[in-house]
Parts: sequence; C-alpha cells; structure tokens
Amino acid sequence: MTSTLESPSSPKRRMSLPVFHPDFMTEAHTASADAGLHAALDNSVTKKDYGRRSSLAELPDADGLRQLAGDIKRHTLDHLDYYLELLERNIIKHGGKVYFAATREQANDLIVNIAQRTGSKLVVKSKSMVSEETELNDALIAAGIEPLETDLGEFILQVDHDHPTHIVMPVIHKNAAEIGRVFERYFKTPFTDNPQELAEMARVYLRNRFNQADMGISGVNFAIAETGSIVLCTNEGNGRMCTTRPRIHVALMGMEKVIPSLDDLPVFLKLLARSASGQALTQYTNIITGCRRPGEHDGPEEFHLIIMDNGRAKILAGEYRDTLRCIRCGACLNACPIYRKVGGRTYGSVYPGPIGALLTPLFNGLENHKHLPHASSLCGACFEACPVKINIPEFLIKLRKDQVEQGITTAPERIIFKLWSWGLRHGWSYRLGQIAQRVMMRSIGNKDGWIKKLPPPAQGWTAHRDFPMPPKHDFRYVYKQYRAIQQRGK
Amino acid sequence: MKVSLFVTCLTDLFAPDVGMAVVKTLEHFGCSVDFPTAQTCCGQPAFNNGFPAEARALAVKMIDVFHDADYIVTPSGSCCAMIRDHYIELFHDDPDQRKLAEDFVARCYEYVEFLTKILKVDMTGLTLPKDEKFTYHFTCHLRGLGATGEPAIRLLKQLGGAQFTELEKSEQCCGFGGTFAIKYSDISGAMVRDKVECGVKTGAQTMIVNDGGCAMNIGGACHRMEAPFRVRHIAQVIAAAVEHTAGANVS
Repeated sequence: MTSTLESPSSPKRRMSLPVFHPDFMTEAHTASADAGLHAALDNSVTKKDYGRRSSLAELPDADGLRQLAGDIKRHTLDHLDYYLELLERNIIKHGGKVYFAATREQANDLIVNIAQRTGSKLVVKSKSMVSEETELNDALIAAGIEPLETDLGEFILQVDHDHPTHIVMPVIHKNAAEIGRVFERYFKTPFTDNPQELAEMARVYLRNRFNQADMGISGVNFAIAETGSIVLCTNEGNGRMCTTRPRIHVALMGMEKVIPSLDDLPVFLKLLARSASGQALTQYTNIITGCRRPGEHDGPEEFHLIIMDNGRAKILAGEYRDTLRCIRCGACLNACPIYRKVGGRTYGSVYPGPIGALLTPLFNGLENHKHLPHASSLCGACFEACPVKINIPEFLIKLRKDQVEQGITTAPERIIFKLWSWGLRHGWSYRLGQIAQRVMMRSIGNKDGWIKKLPPPAQGWTAHRDFPMPPKHDFRYVYKQYRAIQQRGK
Repeated sequence: MKVSLFVTCLTDLFAPDVGMAVVKTLEHFGCSVDFPTAQTCCGQPAFNNGFPAEARALAVKMIDVFHDADYIVTPSGSCCAMIRDHYIELFHDDPDQRKLAEDFVARCYEYVEFLTKILKVDMTGLTLPKDEKFTYHFTCHLRGLGATGEPAIRLLKQLGGAQFTELEKSEQCCGFGGTFAIKYSDISGAMVRDKVECGVKTGAQTMIVNDGGCAMNIGGACHRMEAPFRVRHIAQVIAAAVEHTAGANVS
C-alpha cells in the first residue's frame, strides 16, 4: 500500500524524512479501534499533559515565559546564518570540528567517515530524533559499524526492529508484557514483565557495552552560539555515558537548534522538561563545551558537531519559518486528542502528533502526505501546550490552503466548497439549501428524531454515531411565530 | 441593551430551541433582541478547509448584515472564534474592509462570554424546574476566544437545584471538527466515544456544551450508545430556569 508515494500524478521524489507507514487511512482505521492503545496512551500521554499543566502553573508567569521562548527562537531563526557561524567559530575555539550537512545522506556519510577514520567499531548512541530522521543506524550497519541505542526505550525498539512513536517516549506503544517478550527473545532469558527487572537487564547489558564503545553519538537539545556549547537533557544518564566514556563524541543537530547565549538557556530549560513530562528539570542536564583539554584526565579526545539542513533551509525561507522553533518536547502530542486515539505510527514518519502533521508535509511535500494537514479537529490543544507558541492549527489550515492552490485537493471537494459558499451568499439559496436538507433528512430519519444512516459522502458520521433529524420548523420560523404572538398580545 | 442574534446555520436548521433559549434569556436579562434574517453562515467550514476566498465572501456578507448592530451574540463558540481569530486577517489587503471587520469583530460575543463579561449577570435567584446533576464539556474553540470553561460552570452552579460534577478530560476535543467528523470518522468516532464514556462516569443527567457542533456530535453518540445523559446547550438550561422562576413568581 504505497499509493500515496507512487501515484502517477506525483512523481516519486527524494524525501527528507523516511516514511515507515505511508497509508494513513489504514493505520488510522486500525489504531482508532485499538482500545489497548487508547488505554496505554491515556495512562501515559494524557497524564503527562496534566503534569505539564500543573508544573507550568507553579511558575509565576508561564505564559510570559512561553512568549519569551518563542521570541528568542524567532530572533535566532531570523538571524540563523549569524548564529550558526558564531557557533561554528566557538566550537572550533574549544577544539571541536564542525560540519554542515545539506541532506540526511550527507550527515550519515560524515558520521560514517569519522567512525572509519578513527577505527570505531562500536558506536553507542544517546536518544536523538534527528538520527531517526537520517536513519543513521542503517547507514552505520551498512558500513560495518555496530550502532547501539542506549536510551532504554530506543534500545527496546532497536532490538525489536521497530520505530519510535513518540518524540520523548519512543516506546509508548508497547506495554511491559510486549517488552518482556522482546527481551525474552533477545537476551534468551525467562520471560518477565516486571519493569524493574526489564530495566535492570538492559542496564547491566548496556553498562558493559559502554566500556567497549569507541564512539558516542548524541543529539543536541540546544546549541549555544556564544559559548560553543551543546546542551543535552536526559533522564537516564545514558547521554552522559555516551558523551564522556568513548574516545570520540559526535553530536548531530538540526540547524534550528541553536540559541544565542547562555543567558537564553534557562528560559528553555524551565520550559522543556515541564512541557515534556511535568518535571521541573530533566534528571541530567549536560552543558558540553569541547573535548578533553591538555592536562585533563577524562572526556573524549575528539568532538565533532554535524549541523544538518535536510530541508530546513527551505522551510526557513518560506511562510512556515515559525515551525522551526520546535524544541521537540512532545507537549503537543500529549495534549492532542487525535494522537491519543491513533498513536504515533499512524503519522507515518519520524515526527508524529500535531508537530509531525505539520513538519512531515513540509519536509516531504504536501502531495506525499495529503491526509496529515486534515486529520485534525483544529481544537487548539497543541497551540495551548506549545512552549514556544507555534500556532499549529493555523499552520495546518495554511497547508490545506496550499493543497487547494496546488491542485492536490480533489476536484469534487473544490466544487462542493465553491458551490456551498456561493449558495450561502444569497438569502434565497441559503433557504433553499436548508429546506432541501431538512426534507432529505426528515425522509430518512426515524420516529425518535434520529438518523441511523446518512447517504454518501456523509456516511462516516453514522458509522459511529446517530445524526439528529432537523425539527419540522427551523429557527427563523419559530422566531417569527414567537414575535407574532408577542405582537398579538400587545 | 440592543443585541442582534447570530444564530448560525447549524442552530437554525437543527436546534431552533437553542436559538429561542438565547433570545428568551437575553430578553430576561434586559436586552432587546433582534434577528437579522439575511444572515447565513460565518464561513468557518470554507476557511478551515483551505478556501479563504470563499470564507471572505461570506465574511463580507456577515459584516454587512450586522452593520448596525450594537452587539452580535451567538450560541456557537466556534463561529465566534472564526470571526474573532480570522475575519481581520481575511482582509489584510483591503484596508477599508479590514476596518469594517475590526469594528464588527469588536461587537461580536459568544453567549456565555456576553452574559458574564458584558451583562455581568447573576443567576442566583433562578431555580431549575427540578434538581439536576450537570457536567460540562469544554468547547475547544473557546480557546480561540481566550476563554476557559470557568464562566459557564460558575453560571451553572448559581442556578437553584443545579448540582455540578467535573467531567474527566473535559478539555479533550469531542471529535466534531466540522468535516473532520466525516472525513476521518474512525478517529472522530473513537474521540466521541471517549467523551461519552467520561460523561457516563460522572453520573450526571445532563452534559452542558456551548457549541452546536459538540452538541450534535456528543448527542448523536449518546443516542447510539444509549448513554444515560443528554447533551444541552447552556442557554437551554438557563432558559428552563428563567421560565420556571418566572412561572413560580406569577403563581
């Protein structure tokens, strides 16, 4: 089922983001009927959403802080070339190397080259969404290098050949029993679904392998231009292991991750963990400035920073620049009533949820992800949750407008909307339309005032709920009668 | 105070009693209400589906129909949000029409917002015909108005005989979203079932909303699932209390 990718009207193009599940409607159909998934998501994301609210409420002016964070991001994006050059200079000053990758393939090539040059055989990875974007593990394996995910969730997914379904909680779609079976197969040990035991199995295994690793790869939560530092926020401590134990540290970042100065960092640190999980701070916040200096006893010998474009410059140059403010906290996923019903897999690519519904079409082309801008009730929960105030619903509407303008919207739909709005411009055609609807619906309604089955194209409504039959008289009529009776009374 | 009712196309066709409840309660609170009959639709479906030119044509009509209204009040949170959030930007390239839009937007209010912000009504003294247990679903589009569910709940709690119980995931969208409910009916269906299940857990007899779309969607799912509560617009409840209290005073 790859129709959306290979339909004749949209020649297959090179996509910036990998697409794992191209058939949105089939995925949505399956996931929306999956009560187990809904319960799991309610138990995790919905709870995290409430955690976000209460932890933000502890701040004196959370809304003002979100505004400030958004403003800092906007300023940085408006002057991105300046701040990236400043970052580059300061990283080099501290002994690091900086590379710019135009595409995800280039980013992978750069990392593979560093690994080969340094004779690295085992690479330990800290959780990084951008490395999911580049499918870095596949590239490393193809070059004969072993990548090992060390974030617990990512490790589970790696050994199960699965993909993350949440930006922050990658393995949210698997329950303890499913994880137990994954470990039973992988470690060849007796089955357990005890979370502590499962975590301990992974910990013991990973601890040993950290010591064998030649190279550590991390993502970047924030890169500070002024100091040439990268900031990593993690809860498991594996990020610290990956960036201190191996000889080589390679950090991979999207080019939008830079912030101007150290003074800006607290603004984001206050918001990131609160928005993601309701924590005041993540367990570990690392500010890493360069590699081991002469006379120091530990730390990596080399530090490499790869700054990746992979479609971001194109977004930066257009009307969707604000979407690049995203700090990947996952708050919009947790708040989203759609995500809570379809899970991350349905969104098809690396970034799920509201921000993914926006980013995936922007990265890969609207024609390849026709449903994503529409599969939203525009309820606004994402905008309310976003710590950098990305107005996601507005941007989704804008994408829908782009679809109409680019001729991606189907002809029948275009005709229906044009006819409909024309009809509403005139009193007589509005009335005629209302009467026609009333007559039609009253003819198919039951005596109890409800319609059990609507004709196409509205049959989806009655697949899940009844539709109210319009009463015999509309408001205008009732209102007129009401006034007439009042007149007579006078 | 002179108020013009924007009843919305959905309420006009499907819920005339909600429109009448708005008229009667506003009159009770001292407003003189008129209904400009040339009104049709605010253009929200067109705008949300990516047809701003079509929405703009309807906005021109709306602004014209209500040009001499002091206040425009609507029972629909989402239509009011459409007007307030989008009408001005629709005319970004037409300064004259934009000015008219700004003037129009400033006079537009959602029903509960109008009751609490402009009329500053107090419901104490109004009594329901019989004791009733309520719960409240937060209409998403009130977010676009910068509103919370608090004012509606406060009004409800003031009514004599009203008991209020909190709805779990009250702020989670019911899955209406206009054409979304039809185009993505599987997702929408899962969302509305969740809403009804939360409603059942409250033990309330009535779930209050302030939008026609939510009422249709949750009401339709309640009927399909045979849920033991009904969905009503807040104006209907206030109207029932007004009528009962007036009747009691007369007798």
